[in-house]
Amino acid sequence: MSAPLRVWKTWKLFVNGQFPRSESGRYDVVKDASGATVANVCRASRKDLRDAVEAARAAFPGWAARSAMNRGQILYRIAEMLDGRRAELAALLGKGGEREVDAAVERWIHYAGWTDKYQALLGTVNPVAGPWFNFSMAEPSGVAVAFAPEDSPLLALTSLVAPLIAGANTCIAILSESAPLPGLLFGEVLATSDVPAGVLNLLSGRRAEILPHAAGHRDVNTLLVASPTAAEAKLAQEEGAGNVKRVHCIAAPSGGWSAPEAQGLAWIERGQEIKTVWHTMQL
Amino acid sequence: MNLATKGAREIVASAPHVDTVGAVERATALTKRSIKKESKRWALELALSMVDLTTLEGMDTPGKVRSLCAKARRPWEGGPAVPAVAAVCVYPSMVPVAVEALRGSSIKVASVATAFPSGKSPLALRLDEVRWCVEHGAHEIDMVIDRGAFLAGEYALVFDEIAAIKEACGPAHLKVILETGELQTYDRVRQASELAMHAGGDFIKTSTGKVPSAATLPVTLVMLEAIRDFHDATGKLIGMKPAGGIRSAKQAIQYLVLVNETLGERWLDPDLFRLGASSLVNDILRQLAKERSGRYASLDDFPID
Repeated sequence: MSAPLRVWKTWKLFVNGQFPRSESGRYDVVKDASGATVANVCRASRKDLRDAVEAARAAFPGWAARSAMNRGQILYRIAEMLDGRRAELAALLGKGGEREVDAAVERWIHYAGWTDKYQALLGTVNPVAGPWFNFSMAEPSGVAVAFAPEDSPLLALTSLVAPLIAGANTCIAILSESAPLPGLLFGEVLATSDVPAGVLNLLSGRRAEILPHAAGHRDVNTLLVASPTAAEAKLAQEEGAGNVKRVHCIAAPSGGWSAPEAQGLAWIERGQEIKTVWHTMQL
Repeated sequence: MNLATKGAREIVASAPHVDTVGAVERATALTKRSIKKESKRWALELALSMVDLTTLEGMDTPGKVRSLCAKARRPWEGGPAVPAVAAVCVYPSMVPVAVEALRGSSIKVASVATAFPSGKSPLALRLDEVRWCVEHGAHEIDMVIDRGAFLAGEYALVFDEIAAIKEACGPAHLKVILETGELQTYDRVRQASELAMHAGGDFIKTSTGKVPSAATLPVTLVMLEAIRDFHDATGKLIGMKPAGGIRSAKQAIQYLVLVNETLGERWLDPDLFRLGASSLVNDILRQLAKERSGRYASLDDFPID
């Protein structure tokens, strides 16, 4: 009997709930340690970024209008589906892969729990010297772009995007350049997780090419750049000033991406604006 | 059978059959043109100058219409100079408001008269509506044909109604809305186009925007070809107005390519080509901003009305 035919997967981007190829038609080759080709992946262009931002912008009002509980349910669903792909992801991640998948699943559950709690912790009732109620409350900034670091391609990605979408933002992530496959496989997890189209979009590509366009994009409200070089941080800050983006340059946590400091309220706060409202106490 | 009946029947009977697959293929092929840099900027500004800025909602108020007129005069408030739009298109009762708000500008006031969007009211009432609009200062009348009568084969009736409304328009320009989404086939679209042009329409227009299937590139191509053949036969220049569903600058440029390739540069003129739209304007501005700064723009950067 002949050997079964091996079918190679076409690794594509994840934009607006679909798996398009890059509009540019370009690709990069992913190799393993021995130098053998593992896969060809799309090299996203600035126009793929543009399309992803359009999708994220369109998805934002609906995602932000969902109840906090429903967002939590959907994040929990991501954890469930991610757990179901554990073996496949661990194999792609290589040594220590199982542990990374476990940590990522836990992180999604962590933020699933946060969706209906952070508002109470970030919001305040402010004492003011007059007959008014004065509230400060957290509102999502809008569309975020997150550049993942090279290491921990699944866990670092999760650590960046989970708090953003838990906080009702919509997001575009640019995956680890040297190891994009776990992130791309994660797109298949999202596609089966009740996440509305456009809420989380994943692009494989080159940071140097996409960062200037993401930082200068006036419809992006938050920019996260993990482990940036000094030049990248400068570029992000300068270009991001054009539309007063929230720009966060994030160094790798000292205890690694699995450390407790790589999650929590402070990560959610990066994607929030604080709105203060004055209200008459009585008429 | 009177003369008009014979005329209308002959017009419809002599309309050429439309190759549906061919029309779709040709229209699709023309969307593949890459218009960049200077040409793109030129096309965007041209498209802006061809927009009939439209509000046709039951909830239209004088305030809404006035703010739309302000948008028509200066589409990019606070930005660099860009062309004003061609016209503002409103319901009849809003014509006086729009005329007042646009006084002193060259922007036209268009009104959808004739029992828009169905056209189902007695002819006498529709004629009165048209006369009322023109008396109150409308420069252009967008009429709807009675699609029911057309589909029932009462071509003479449709022809005579268009001719009567054209007469009632007096100096105002007449745009004839075919409502292509309700005509079912491209053959029907072609026939209705012929009828409208022979009956005296100055423009033919695809849609009211009130039925799900509005302007598409293939249906526009079919109508543009009718205009071309009519021009070849009679020497008359008829205008074209696709309306409904044109929201992005990219679509607008595709329409311009279609017009240029079918009718030539002569028609790249707001007097002969219009785009019926409302949200299109801000998308054009967004693309112009991108061309200027090199950075992608946000719709938040532009006033809504």
